[in-house]
Amino acid sequence: MGERSAPPSLRKAQVRPGLPGPAAENKGSLNMEKTLKKYFPVFVLPTLAAFIIGFIVPFSQGLYLSFCKFTTVNNATWVGVSNYVRALSDDTFSHAFWFTVAFAAVSTVLINVLAFSVALALTRNIRGTNVFRTVFFMPNLIGGIVLGYIWQILINCLLSKLALPLLALNTTAGYWGLIILMCWQQIGYMMIIYIAGLQNVPPELLEASQIDGATPWQTLWRIKLPMVMPSLTICLFLTITNSFKLFDQNLSLTGGDPNHASEMLALNIYNTFYGRSGPQWRGIGQAKAVVFFILVVVIALAQLRSTRSREVQQ
Amino acid sequence: MKARKASPGLGWTVFFTVISVLYLYPIVMVLLNSFKVETAISTSTAFQFPTAETFAGLANYVNAIASKGFLRSLGLSLFITISSVALILLCCSMCAWYITRVHGIASRIIYLLCVFSMVVPFQMVMFTLSQTADRLKLNTPWNICVIYLGFGAGLAVFMFSGFMKSIPLEIEEAAMIDGCNPIQTYFRVVFPILRPTMISVGVLETMWVWNDYLLPTLVLDIKKYKTITMLIQYFRGSFGRVEMGPMMACIMLTVLPVVVVYLLGQKHIIKGVVAGAVKG
Repeated sequence: MGERSAPPSLRKAQVRPGLPGPAAENKGSLNMEKTLKKYFPVFVLPTLAAFIIGFIVPFSQGLYLSFCKFTTVNNATWVGVSNYVRALSDDTFSHAFWFTVAFAAVSTVLINVLAFSVALALTRNIRGTNVFRTVFFMPNLIGGIVLGYIWQILINCLLSKLALPLLALNTTAGYWGLIILMCWQQIGYMMIIYIAGLQNVPPELLEASQIDGATPWQTLWRIKLPMVMPSLTICLFLTITNSFKLFDQNLSLTGGDPNHASEMLALNIYNTFYGRSGPQWRGIGQAKAVVFFILVVVIALAQLRSTRSREVQQ
Repeated sequence: MKARKASPGLGWTVFFTVISVLYLYPIVMVLLNSFKVETAISTSTAFQFPTAETFAGLANYVNAIASKGFLRSLGLSLFITISSVALILLCCSMCAWYITRVHGIASRIIYLLCVFSMVVPFQMVMFTLSQTADRLKLNTPWNICVIYLGFGAGLAVFMFSGFMKSIPLEIEEAAMIDGCNPIQTYFRVVFPILRPTMISVGVLETMWVWNDYLLPTLVLDIKKYKTITMLIQYFRGSFGRVEMGPMMACIMLTVLPVVVVYLLGQKHIIKGVVAGAVKG
């Protein structure tokens, strides 16, 4: 923060000619800004052009097309809000919404509680801590499609041993399968962030609390937890948005079976676009996508606001 | 300090060893199955170890490499990942330097748009993006990196400018006063300082591009080009009866390089993830 606010204050200082030191220094930085400005095409243009092609144009077109009937971008006809009406009255969409909410709530709590507990345990002096960290982090690097496939084999085998219906016919197993898969993949990542947070807790604080006679439980609740609030904010943000946006794992573990029952929002939108015939579905899919986008933004902002306010200054 | 006194002892180590073994089991299961003959792999026998009769040696691996186009997909995935990540690192760090050093409305808008683009789910743009890519002929593995640059710019610019704010301005000014133009200043002074952030951003973007499924599926022509993730999904979906043996071998061949790279560069990868998360 401090570095960012420095240049404007220097600029003000330049107005007073009586101070040679800061004024001269400031001239340098202004000069640099001026020369750098001429190099806009070299430094910014490549990224900006790609950003416009890869994000701004598709995003604005997407917004526009959600009010249209179309099969490609060029043959769109304006239909007003009817796409939104049909999207919101689509039963599979509302089912996907509640399925996603139920999934996100349970997986967010589970992942964060487990990751924090593991981080607490692994920051103590245990033999082999580094090996455990390495192992727990590893699933993170494997892609969602491959992970989903591996777990499909494993869960189906387990279900057949228990004489239960397989994933393709079993919504409950699909739901818990997704949660287990998500935990397996994300715990390591969140654990690493929590460990970094715990290692930043000043040892003096812990010593002081010990001298004051705090029990381990009190130390955890009154000192460690408030001090890792920044990590908690990040982890909650990542787990919630990841859960809402989940696609690959959903596609490869259950594929939405049986009959759209284990379909989450992202997969529902994908299937509306590419799984159904008829020109009206693309518009409805795009309208669903806009609703989905607004939902993700609102949730992300609400979550950031609620935990940021509980952070303490170190 | 305090840990020595309250050493939790062997109990925890044993506990976590058991958990670690369970944690690795899914991958070990695929490894074991990849050595079985085709008839011995089925839904109910996935947990069994290969026996003398069902052991297939490396036949599945040979099959996967020889007839399933695995090597071609591996090459494509490697090429796309390397070209995209290199492009992202170079262009986005330059862009981030400019927008942190030049104060103005344009810089501010670019920064805010980048932050905004990080929250937008891919489904919002997937259709229009694939159409745009088709129209601009950016739909081959050789130039799909432009699309990746566009969609990955948000995170990269955000992380780079977060770090850039903490670099003292004086070093760059000194270089400029000594007669460097901005391009020289960037490559001789700023670029080397950025190394740790380059690693962070590089790790995160590599994890994303390498494992990405939806973007290449929508943009590339699946009949001509298949990345590794596309190949695996394609084999599952398109045949009535999937050949499980080569499939398991394919999965192992996909997972192994990732694991090897991870074990070699573990320190950097974990550090990169932490730095990336804390900035975010």
